[in-house]
Amino acid sequence: MSTSTDTPVERKGLSPRRRAQRSRWIQYAVLVVLILVAVFVANWHQIGSVFFKPEFIKSTFTDGVLKALLKTLEYTAGAFVIGLAGGTLLALMKLSQVGPYRWIATAYIEFFRGLPAIVVFIAFSLLPLAFPGMTIPWDPYGVVWLALGIVASAYMAEVIRAGIQAVPKGQVEAARSLGMPAGLAMRKIVLPQAFRIVLPPLTNDLILLVKDSSLVFMIGVAADGYELTGFGRDLANTYSNLTPIVVCGFCYLVITLPLGILARRLEARTARTR
Amino acid sequence: MALVEIKNLHKSFGTNHVLRGIDFTVEQGEVVCVIGPSGSGKSTLLRCVNLLEKPQEGQVIVRGEDITDPDCHLDAARQQIGMVFQQFNLFPHLSVLANCTVAQRTVLKRGPQDADRIARANLERVGLSDKIHAYPAQLSGGQQQRVAIARALSMDPALMLFDEPTSALDPELVGDVLTVMRKLALDGMTMLVVTHEMAFAREVADRVVFMDAGVIVEQGPPADVIGSPKEERTRTFLRRVLDPTHVEPA
Repeated sequence: MSTSTDTPVERKGLSPRRRAQRSRWIQYAVLVVLILVAVFVANWHQIGSVFFKPEFIKSTFTDGVLKALLKTLEYTAGAFVIGLAGGTLLALMKLSQVGPYRWIATAYIEFFRGLPAIVVFIAFSLLPLAFPGMTIPWDPYGVVWLALGIVASAYMAEVIRAGIQAVPKGQVEAARSLGMPAGLAMRKIVLPQAFRIVLPPLTNDLILLVKDSSLVFMIGVAADGYELTGFGRDLANTYSNLTPIVVCGFCYLVITLPLGILARRLEARTARTR
Repeated sequence: MALVEIKNLHKSFGTNHVLRGIDFTVEQGEVVCVIGPSGSGKSTLLRCVNLLEKPQEGQVIVRGEDITDPDCHLDAARQQIGMVFQQFNLFPHLSVLANCTVAQRTVLKRGPQDADRIARANLERVGLSDKIHAYPAQLSGGQQQRVAIARALSMDPALMLFDEPTSALDPELVGDVLTVMRKLALDGMTMLVVTHEMAFAREVADRVVFMDAGVIVEQGPPADVIGSPKEERTRTFLRRVLDPTHVEPA
C-alpha cells in the first residue's frame, strides 16, 4: 500500500476512488452554480409579495384558517372511522368462506381503488340533482364522511386483509383448540394482532386521507364548511394572491409530517418485535 | 369406555395419503407416546383427535361422542381436549395471565375472579407464578411452553395432546418442560404425546405407539416397543434415534 511502483501492473487513469471523489466535487460545483443563478436571476421581491405577503399571512389567520384546519381534521377523522369499520368488514368478507361475499368485496375494492377519488366526489355533488329532495344527514359532515369513507374503506380493506393473513395460522389453531368458535377467535385473538401489524400502513392511509379531504370542495359545501383547500382557494381568489394557499399548504404539512414520523416509528417498532 | 377411540382413520393432503387406516384407543388416565420418523403421520393423527385436521374417512370418538359427525358440537368437544403445540402458539398480545384466562372467560363464561384463581393455580403448577404479568415475548422458549401447558390446563381438559412439545426448544430448556409433563402424568392426566424424547417415552408412557408411513406398526408397553421391538421398521428407527452417529455396514 506504499507507492505505485510496488504494483506490478501499471493501470491507466485515475483509481476508482479518485474518480468517485472527482465526481462528487463536480456535483457540488453544479449545485453551487444553480443556487447562484437562482439567487441573482429570480425576482425575490415579487416572489415574496405573491407567495409570502406578510399582511395576507396575517389576514389568512384572522379570516379563520384555524377553523378550516379544524374542519379538515373533523372530515378526516370521521372518514377514517368509517373507512376503518368498512375496511374491516370488507376484509372479513374477502376472507369469507361464502363465495358471493368474496366477490362483492373484491368488486367494491377494485372499483373504488381504480377510480380517482375526485370522480366519487363529483358523483356525490351531483346526487341532489339526480335525486331531488334527497338529503344526507349531518350536513355537511354526513356527505363528506360518506364520500371520503367509501374511498378510504376500499384502500384500508386490502391493508387489513393483509394484516389478518399475516397473523400466524397457529394462533387460530390455539384459539380453536381451546374451544373458541371461529368468530370469537377472530375478535379476541386475530384482529387485535392484525391491527397491531397494520398500524404503520394504516397511518400512511390516514395521511392520504388528510390530503384527499381537500377534494371536499368538489362536493360544494357551504362556506362555513370549508376545509383548508376550499378556504385557501376562496381567499386566494379574493386577494388575487397566492399567500393564503401557501399558508394552507403549511397547515397540511403540520398534520402530515408528524404522522409520517409516527408511521416510520411504528414501522421500526414492528420490525424490532418480529 | 375408552376416553378416545379412533376407527379406520384416513387423511390425505392432496395426493399425499398421510394416514392410512388408523385404529387405536386411549383409556382414561393413560399416557400414550407416539413415536416414529418424520412424515410418518404422527402429528397429523394428533391433530385429528381435536379435528384441527379433518379426516376424509373414519371416526374420532371422544367420551362416546363422534366428533367427526357434522351434528357434533365441536367447540364444546374441544374444550375437553387441551393441546400444546410445537411452536407454543401463545397469544403475543396478551399477558401470561390473560393467555390463561381468555378462553375461560369467553368460552366457559367463568367470572373474572374464578378464571384468575384457576389460571394462577395452573401457572403455579408449571412453576411460573412469578411471570404472571410478563408477555410471551419476554419469556424463554421453555417458559413459553410451560405457559401453553397452563393455558390448556385452565380449561380443565379430560385429555391433553402434546405435539412435539420440546422440538422447538434449546436443549438446556427441554428438561423443565418434560418435568412439568412428568408431574402431569403422575397426577393422573390422560395424555397423548407425539415426541422424539425416547427417555421420556420409556419412563413416563404407559404405552408407546410406533407409526411409520401412515400406519401403526406396533404398540405396547415402552419396555417392549423401545426395549425389544418386534418389527424391523421399529428397530431401524430406534437405532437411528438412539445412536445417531452409528454407521450402518454397507
